[in-house]
Amino acid sequence: MSLFNKLGFGKKEKLHDGLEKTRSGFLEKMGKALVGKDKVDDEVLDDLEEVLITSDVGVKTTLEVIRRIEARVAKDKYLNSKELQGILQEEIAQLLKENDEERPAAFDAKLTHKPHIILVVGVNGVGKTTTIGKLAHLYKLAGKNVMLGAGDTFRAGAVEQLKIWSERAGVPIIQQGQGADPAAVAFDTVSSAKSREADVVLVDTAGRLHNRKALMDELAKIKRVMGKVVDQAPHEVLLVLDASTGQNAMQQAKAFSEVVDVTGLALTKLDGTAKGGIVIAISNEISVPVKYIGIGEKIEDLHVFDRNSFVEALFSKNH
Amino acid sequence: MFEDLSGKLEQAFKSVTGQARLSDVNVAETVREIRRALLDADVNYDVARSITAAVKEKALGQGVLASVTPGQQFTKIVYDELVSVLGDEKEDIQFASTPPTVILIAGLQGSGKTTFTAKLAKFLKSQGRNPLLAAADVYRPAAVDQLRTLGDSIEVPVYSIKEKDAVRTAKEALAEAKKNAHDTLIIDTAGRMHVDEVMMSEVAEIKSVVKPNEVLFVVDAMTGQDAVFTAREFDKQIDFNGVVLTKLDGDTRGGAAISIKSVVNKPIKFVSTGEGVDSISAFYPDRMAQRILGMGDVVSLVEKAQEQYDEVQARKLQAKISSNAFNFEDFYGQLQQIKKMGSMRDLIGMIPGMSKQLGDVEIDDDSLKPIEAMINSMTIQERRNPQLINGSRRKRIATGSGTSVREVNDLLKQFNQMKKMMKTMTKMNKMGRAMEGLKNLAGRQRLH
Repeated sequence: MSLFNKLGFGKKEKLHDGLEKTRSGFLEKMGKALVGKDKVDDEVLDDLEEVLITSDVGVKTTLEVIRRIEARVAKDKYLNSKELQGILQEEIAQLLKENDEERPAAFDAKLTHKPHIILVVGVNGVGKTTTIGKLAHLYKLAGKNVMLGAGDTFRAGAVEQLKIWSERAGVPIIQQGQGADPAAVAFDTVSSAKSREADVVLVDTAGRLHNRKALMDELAKIKRVMGKVVDQAPHEVLLVLDASTGQNAMQQAKAFSEVVDVTGLALTKLDGTAKGGIVIAISNEISVPVKYIGIGEKIEDLHVFDRNSFVEALFSKNH
Repeated sequence: MFEDLSGKLEQAFKSVTGQARLSDVNVAETVREIRRALLDADVNYDVARSITAAVKEKALGQGVLASVTPGQQFTKIVYDELVSVLGDEKEDIQFASTPPTVILIAGLQGSGKTTFTAKLAKFLKSQGRNPLLAAADVYRPAAVDQLRTLGDSIEVPVYSIKEKDAVRTAKEALAEAKKNAHDTLIIDTAGRMHVDEVMMSEVAEIKSVVKPNEVLFVVDAMTGQDAVFTAREFDKQIDFNGVVLTKLDGDTRGGAAISIKSVVNKPIKFVSTGEGVDSISAFYPDRMAQRILGMGDVVSLVEKAQEQYDEVQARKLQAKISSNAFNFEDFYGQLQQIKKMGSMRDLIGMIPGMSKQLGDVEIDDDSLKPIEAMINSMTIQERRNPQLINGSRRKRIATGSGTSVREVNDLLKQFNQMKKMMKTMTKMNKMGRAMEGLKNLAGRQRLH
């Protein structure tokens, strides 16, 4: 940990701390412009549009939110600014799907399956391996018996990277080596987790662009193989998305869902200026909850997703 | 999937077809569509706004070209604007007059710096240079291993030290490059958040120590609205002189390229796709603009149409169609016009959405030959009055053209369908539609 301290990571602001200070006057401004009116004027809508678009929410969803706000203001009329803020957050939060009971996001929650197997997928460079390292740490802290599978056998150094994370988190790792068949690694990991009675298994995969058919087929095979060892495995397919990614994240989500039936999203790199608003559209469109957010490089820099603070953060101004 | 901009523009222009001039009223909806399309492609909010403003100004008052639809014409204006924003000139790496040339690679986490470093090394090696790589990403677990494995695969040496000190790594690598007569040193650095002051000052320090000839900012082509903030911050700290767009594969629109270029005004020097060490290429503004608009190559189509399509002839044809007098002579003339424009496959590929629809249907220029042969085997009367062509004439045409009666039947059937279709079109000269008819013809000839 001395490395991290040396780098000054400890000083970095967390999403929530940062939020309090930096929240812009947008909501208040919007509130003021609306008090006592039954129609939202164009200037306010323009501002709302700008906030949403520059957060990568996307044109379609932005227009949908604007339509909803207009409808609510026309119906409820004469709102005060506080009520309006509430409505705005409500309408956006409504687009974000809730967790289902079988796949809780909380680390200390009781799990239906043992072992509970999580397959982690995504395009290159979104932070899959780092996310797994953090998840392993947090599950372990919550008293779970965790095991990792080094399924990224393609990228040079990926196995070593996960191994270092496994040491930091203090959890065992099943690995073969660069170039090994990832499905075989997944099979080994799941079999081993079953015999060693692990509670949570996190299986890494190589980053792959969603339009590479051969690689996506490989992913389907990895998933299939797991199901042969443990009934219904993987119980969670976590798609990792980079908050700085724009509208292409939707294509990623759709393509991965089609192949491996994504059940949850993890949004990484929220510690910069990117807002990751596209997850609103994704969560709504493919009906999958956002489960985790990554906000730094430290092992504890992963949080269970909270809809309200995410929406609040959209309207905070930090650049 | 995103809809193609040109497709949207066709929609937006339905109401104004037939008008002679693009006016304030009829471009408003179109400008909105363009703005949406740019935002869908991740072009920055403000940048998209200024582009649409420029486009609107240029479009107003332009005469409507007869040979293309207003939508296509407008697309061309947008396209030209994007190309001009992206920069017309191609820029290369700046090599030092006295070696070694030092190239510093920087960017956010996961943007693909390490992979790009290896690609660039391989690219420069193939140009006869002798590069050394420096592994200055000392933070990400196993980043040094990654660069080492890549270095081995392309047979380029990698310099690293045991201590986790990026500045020292860079400094020593430079000495090593000088000692071993490497003419190029490429320094891979750790991914860093632009808001992380400690890390940003580290890369600035590396820069001041090794005094690179070239500082490349690596950015993921899928980056959204945040691209401008990131680029601005990196530019402030390390004043990079070139941008590298990575992961420009498949359905990535790459609007970030426009945003970055217009905010920091630094040239995009390379684009990279895939993970293979060979997939690196120079940056072409025109291709990028087409990608952002998602329009196939409608621009070239418009340009070719402007060059090749004889407007006078087109008007005559239009008159003929509306009076239901379109015949095989006209059709033959059209075929020749189209052949002048280039190969069938290329032409059809230029129409947005068409190349996808085509799929595996093999279309080559030979596919038009039987059609030409059949028309050539008709008498002048038959060409002018296709309804004359009865059973025995069909047999004769088939024999004359070396085809079968069935193929002649198909041609006649499809010709009639096409004629009907053309007549119902409000405007004959919609290249796209006419081509669609042709595609059916040409495609089917090969399928049965």
